[in-house]
Amino acid sequence: MTRTAEPLLVLDADDVGRAITRIAHEILESNHGPDGLLLLGIPRRGVPLAHRLAEALSTAEGVDVPVGELDITMYRDDLRKRPTLPVGRTRIPGSVDDRVVVLVDDVLFSGRTVNAALDALKDLGRPRAVRLAVLVDRGHHELPIRADHVGKELATKASEMVDVHLDEVDGTTQVVVR
Amino acid sequence: MKHLLDTHGLAYDDAVRLLDTAETMADVLTRDVPKLPALRGRTVVNLFYEDSTRTRGSFELAEKRLSADSMNVAAKGSSVSKGESMRDTLLTLDAMGVDAFVIRHAVSGSVAQATGWVGAHIINAGDGWHAHPTQALLDAYVMRQHFRAHGGTDWAGKTVAIVGDIKHSRVARSNVWLQKTLGARVVLVAPPTLQPAGISDWGVDVVTDLDEIVDSADIMMMLRVQRERMEGGFFPSTREYAERYGLTPARVDRMKSDAAICHPGPMNRGVEISAAAADAANSLILDQVAAGVAVRMSVLYHLLGGTDEEN
Repeated sequence: MTRTAEPLLVLDADDVGRAITRIAHEILESNHGPDGLLLLGIPRRGVPLAHRLAEALSTAEGVDVPVGELDITMYRDDLRKRPTLPVGRTRIPGSVDDRVVVLVDDVLFSGRTVNAALDALKDLGRPRAVRLAVLVDRGHHELPIRADHVGKELATKASEMVDVHLDEVDGTTQVVVR
Repeated sequence: MKHLLDTHGLAYDDAVRLLDTAETMADVLTRDVPKLPALRGRTVVNLFYEDSTRTRGSFELAEKRLSADSMNVAAKGSSVSKGESMRDTLLTLDAMGVDAFVIRHAVSGSVAQATGWVGAHIINAGDGWHAHPTQALLDAYVMRQHFRAHGGTDWAGKTVAIVGDIKHSRVARSNVWLQKTLGARVVLVAPPTLQPAGISDWGVDVVTDLDEIVDSADIMMMLRVQRERMEGGFFPSTREYAERYGLTPARVDRMKSDAAICHPGPMNRGVEISAAAADAANSLILDQVAAGVAVRMSVLYHLLGGTDEEN
């Protein structure tokens, strides 16, 4: 079923900026400062989000928090159900051992991506703690996974699409539901 | 991609994708846990009718690194030595539930035939004089690393010389097709007796004098001279071959400063390649071996990583 209504703007660029600033402060609060933090973006849009979070952390605390990317393709639980997916690269500055890893993604939906990310992380080492920051939590989780930091909680229908657009990838920054 | 039988007809985009994924795999191999779950539940049989150390070993390791279940079947010590046909061997193994066969066979074209007998994915690990696609891919992989390390943009403007027994070499053929697809100028160097019929249709330059190309090539790929050729009257003597077609220390000195040396192994030191060349700073020979696992992981992932339904 397709909705005939216009896409609904949920967050504009300023809203996204404010959400990231707030998440940055929440992370600092729960971690009692920036020590040991490592931000890992999940491609594709989790990566620019992680960089924006690092910038917000730097503005707030004046320190550079390392940022990496975690490709989860080969850990997906639906790998065999679709045509072979192109793989990305995982880039970790240093090691994940004993760090507080903050996984960053744009949308939390089923939770399967995060589940795959946790599996991928396990093969990379043993972080002290793993937290999850998402720009949008749209519900309909299928696994016992929740986000620690959420930009915006959205009550959606399962049939609706949540599109996160970021300047770095899409040339514009906004969140729409359609 | 359902099978990998040859580099002839392998599209540019597919070739680049295979090389790119191999880089990801190489990253994984440097980790404390060099393993991925991508092929969990998949079963791969390595069916080798010819001896092989590095190819079979690296396929097996690649399968294990991707969490596939793998099984080795060698011609010796199996029903093959009792006279079972290749078709029957494949059907028997296929009945056990096999997702892919990695096959090496002495007869050109035999591996492609297997695609008509079983529904599994087929990877050619070398068939006769015909093709050895994963070798060509790993050669391309180390060349690309080398070009990039020297500020190059992959194959643009690069000359790859392949030297030696072109006629009986599946490595040469697979490299010719792949290198051409990737954009290299390919120059084959061989005595007339070791040039295959129809070589003029390959769309590459052919010369008989190694000294014509040694100063200008970016890659010198030296092919193994097989023992049976040494006695087969293809050239007067091993010594003369080494003088005319071997990569001697004097020729290494004449190579461009950023040129590199490849050899698919196993080497005959002192014949097609001098010890000095094999161990030179610009020798990529050990890199070739090291790349074998990552490149074969990439191939296995692209064939087996998704659904089996044609898309």
